[in-house]
Amino acid sequence: MTNHWVDIRNANLILSMGGNSAEAHPVGFRWVTEAIEHNNAELITIDPRYTRTGAVAQDKAFIRTGTDITFLGGLISYLIETNQIQREYVVNYTDASLLVREDFGFEDGLFTGYDPERRAYTDKSSWMYQVGDDGYALRDTSLTNPRCVYQMMRAHYSRYTPELVSSVSGVPVGDIQRIWRKIAATSVPDRTMTILYALGWTQHSIGSQIIRTAAMVQLLLGNMGMPGGGVNALRGHSNIQGLTDLGLLSQLLPGYMSLANASEQDYRPYIDKRAKQPLLPDEVSYWKNYEKFHVSLMKAWFGDAASEANNWCYNWLPKLERPLYDVLDTFERMSKGEINGYFCQGFNPLASFPNRAKVTAALSKLKYLVIMDPLNTETREFWHNVGEYNDVDSSQIQTEVISLPTCCFAEDDGSIVNSARWLQWHWVAAPPPGEARPDTQIMADLFLRVRRLYEQEGGVFPDPIVNLTWDYKQPAKPSAEELAKEYNGRALVDLTDDQGNVTRRAGEQLASFSELTADGRTEAGCWIFTGCYSEEGNLMARRDNSDPYGIGQSLGWAWAWPANRRILYNRASADTEGNPWGANKALVWWSSEQGRWIGADIPDFPAQSPPSAGLGPFIMQPTGGGNFFGGQSMVDGPFPEHYEPFESPVGQNLLHPNNPLARNNPAARIFAGDREALGSWEEFPHAATTYRLTEHFHFWTKHAKLNAIVQPEQFVEIGTALADEIGVSKGDRVRVSSRRGSIYAVAVVTRRLRPLRIGDRDVHHVGIPLHWGFTGVAKKGYLVNALTPFVGDANTQTPEYKSFIVKVEKA
Amino acid sequence: MVNSQNIVARSATTLPAPHVRDDVVEVAKLIDVSRCIGCKACQVACMEWNDLRDDVGECHGVYDNPMDLSAESWTVMRFNEVDVDAVHDNAEGDKELAWLIRKDGCMHCAEPGCLEACPAPGAIVKYANGIVDFDSNNCIGCGYCITGCPFDIPRISEKDSKSYKCTLCSDRVAVGLEPACVKACPTNCIEFGSKKDMLARAEKRVNDLQQRGYAHPGVYDPQGVGGTHVMYVLSHADQPGLYSGLPKDPRISPMVSAWKGVTKPIMSAILGITAFAGFFHFITKGPKEEPTDEEVFGDDEDHNSGDRDDGQDDGRHQHSHEEDRS
Repeated sequence: MTNHWVDIRNANLILSMGGNSAEAHPVGFRWVTEAIEHNNAELITIDPRYTRTGAVAQDKAFIRTGTDITFLGGLISYLIETNQIQREYVVNYTDASLLVREDFGFEDGLFTGYDPERRAYTDKSSWMYQVGDDGYALRDTSLTNPRCVYQMMRAHYSRYTPELVSSVSGVPVGDIQRIWRKIAATSVPDRTMTILYALGWTQHSIGSQIIRTAAMVQLLLGNMGMPGGGVNALRGHSNIQGLTDLGLLSQLLPGYMSLANASEQDYRPYIDKRAKQPLLPDEVSYWKNYEKFHVSLMKAWFGDAASEANNWCYNWLPKLERPLYDVLDTFERMSKGEINGYFCQGFNPLASFPNRAKVTAALSKLKYLVIMDPLNTETREFWHNVGEYNDVDSSQIQTEVISLPTCCFAEDDGSIVNSARWLQWHWVAAPPPGEARPDTQIMADLFLRVRRLYEQEGGVFPDPIVNLTWDYKQPAKPSAEELAKEYNGRALVDLTDDQGNVTRRAGEQLASFSELTADGRTEAGCWIFTGCYSEEGNLMARRDNSDPYGIGQSLGWAWAWPANRRILYNRASADTEGNPWGANKALVWWSSEQGRWIGADIPDFPAQSPPSAGLGPFIMQPTGGGNFFGGQSMVDGPFPEHYEPFESPVGQNLLHPNNPLARNNPAARIFAGDREALGSWEEFPHAATTYRLTEHFHFWTKHAKLNAIVQPEQFVEIGTALADEIGVSKGDRVRVSSRRGSIYAVAVVTRRLRPLRIGDRDVHHVGIPLHWGFTGVAKKGYLVNALTPFVGDANTQTPEYKSFIVKVEKA
Repeated sequence: MVNSQNIVARSATTLPAPHVRDDVVEVAKLIDVSRCIGCKACQVACMEWNDLRDDVGECHGVYDNPMDLSAESWTVMRFNEVDVDAVHDNAEGDKELAWLIRKDGCMHCAEPGCLEACPAPGAIVKYANGIVDFDSNNCIGCGYCITGCPFDIPRISEKDSKSYKCTLCSDRVAVGLEPACVKACPTNCIEFGSKKDMLARAEKRVNDLQQRGYAHPGVYDPQGVGGTHVMYVLSHADQPGLYSGLPKDPRISPMVSAWKGVTKPIMSAILGITAFAGFFHFITKGPKEEPTDEEVFGDDEDHNSGDRDDGQDDGRHQHSHEEDRS
């Protein structure tokens, strides 16, 4: 989230889109009801279905799954053409005025630099601003130059008329215009819209670009950095935010630093590429400090072994030979027999990954599979014949499965990062059962054994293993506090200021990432967490809920990264003079008496830089502004464009009907065998989408009797029109099949799903809740990922679970 | 059992109730249906606090589960897809689909039909704070409370032939806590406090709904039963039937009045109350049978190990009782 849960209450309009916030986040949803009751806010939900969110929404529309970019892109055009933008904000706080290179273009669904053979944009050199001789970007603050980002964006989305949006998305033109009008009303300075989204946006082959489109809308409306504004991801698992923060993705290092790719064998170019220099004079461009974060990480990991002489152990870091080693890629290689062993920690791939048949075949080729989980999982039992629910030939599977039972969250100390970036400490409430141990102890035990083997027997590349810092008091049991102090970081020698005064003694915990150095004097395991465990103690354990300004800003409750800032880009909540845009939206502002930024939040800005200096509020961006133009940051284009899901109920992309290359995301990766496993809409005419229900949490709670009682048995939701067509009544069993597999389930027949008019035919949606499986105390069910396609978002490879096609028939 | 001085009405009892606590504040639970997301946290909290576990059932083609109230499910969410007057300029015209989700359970009537109808002395009581509670030890399982209830709430258990319903967490309320469902509700759509405060809250919510364009919002506090200690805020209060058949003007069944007015005094004159209760139990449940060991003590280890003809039954009972007390 750019903002936070409590801040939702400050919104005037809440757009719940790409997620069913009441269903999947009922506890956080209380802040939506707060906004409705106490801020007279309106809740709008846009979804393929009439959902639990819809049950309490003031307005709603029904959209075909996977077409959100058309709705939002059309909205961008509407805002521009009707001049309902926050103009002062757009001119001063975004890249709207910057000029784009003359050789950049977009034609028939493809941006410049596309290589159809490799299905990738191999030449992104034109995806840049025009840069002058001084190295700074050229701009036109009148926003009239046809090459300025604003005009380029305007031209790009001029194609997204209400009629076109309606014909692609199925939302009636009247609904589109009514909701656009309501959203546009938040372009005034003292009204904000918050956007709440979840996996309904991420799990598409164009997922990252849908979210970018939402951010562009918010920039046009001046709703970023504002109380009750922002683009807010409602994270789907406890601590999944912490997972990404700590870099547990194949291409990341902690704190959103990135691993080098194979072409980056030298240290200095690796750093220079990531230490982004300002693109406009004097801008903060905070990533220019990348080396400080990186060296401090290397010192935390390798201690004295990391020195300037060996480039801080740069050669010990893996270099990526492909863009991502994501789960789809891993299971592709596993299915080819290229992987011998697989550690599965807090993950249930057989249930969670697409194309279950492929996953079963891949797991069957392993020599060993290690399961670290507090509960039994389908993956652990993948070899076990459970009749129709897991119809495998156990005699043909030789994989050895090893179970290492772990703790549940209440059986362990530690911090959990919530969607709002708050690191909240929690304390052990009960001892773990049986042989279960905390994950950290299992990992420590494993590491110590591996290290011993390297020490005793040597090996091909022992250095990073035998030199890894492991100075925990009980090496086999690193404590949560020790690990927290490590990722916070400390001074390794006395730190001094410009005058030579000691600012931090050697060994002291650091209070801020601004103390980090690139010369090996500091260490920090995750720079964005620096400050969470300072000399003041464990700030994550704070529970002071006082709210001195009365706008839900409790800075003494736990600790938020970065630097305990609760609303990112909050300098943008004040105008160019440093005054709040509206009295009811005061968050941080410039105090000329004190000569610094003050207010209800920690300024996300150089605290003593006066408004007159004119620095942009988006301090992580080289331009200091929010980016409408994505530059080279995305693999699939600087402006979001609508492409059909890889399995679409519509034969063509109505935006580019004559270019087959632009039917689906042209930069999305799909393996050859998986492309062959895609179905056609003639054979599988129904649009399908999978999701969670309030009564359950993923595949866990089917182990709990209370949850099983309130939602005991697998079902799919179909509309009454489709039910009539196929002769099904509520409670009947239906068969749902895709090109890759089929499931059987009870039919919930509902008026809440209605056919959407796309082109010249009605498209029916099928809703498929995902919770059931063949372990637990709920009724046994089919793993719904028997149905889903093995293709992901072009940028993140998050699988396209939200848009595919099936056929529903009476069982 | 809550202190007996709190009891202001008692089924099938002619003795006057104590009035020493007449100043007790009447409580109420307010359920704002317009803010309910149907998450069922209240159902789960109810089961957890009251140590109830219904069967793991099956899906019947709707979101509701369990499908109905039972001896183990004292509250259930009922989901309704109905046509209502459109609030917005909707493209479909003047009617639109609404998904109305109502938490069903005991309404805790000021004039409780169940208590009126109950022939078993002290099986149903009303406290000074307004809560209507079942004292299961006195319940004879006749089912008259079901007949007497205008909301069709009590359910007879197949396990012990006694009647059960929501207690409004009388045990929690007695020590100053809110009912478990209120505590668990994530959207604050269930609130709890004095009836006066809850009526004031309800009025505010009704005003809000009015301003948002609803033609007939209102509070459901039916006077036919003297008002209730569980109240609803309804967006469409003119049609309570939209909410899973919530009765528009609930009243205690005339059968109960007839029973109270004529039959009961005569019967009471003929039979002593105790004999009468036994009689009712006999005609509804048949002759009393001695319970088996399993029914009394469950399937404990003694029995599993067991030779049942060793003549040690009495000793085993004794042993088990001692274990219970230790």
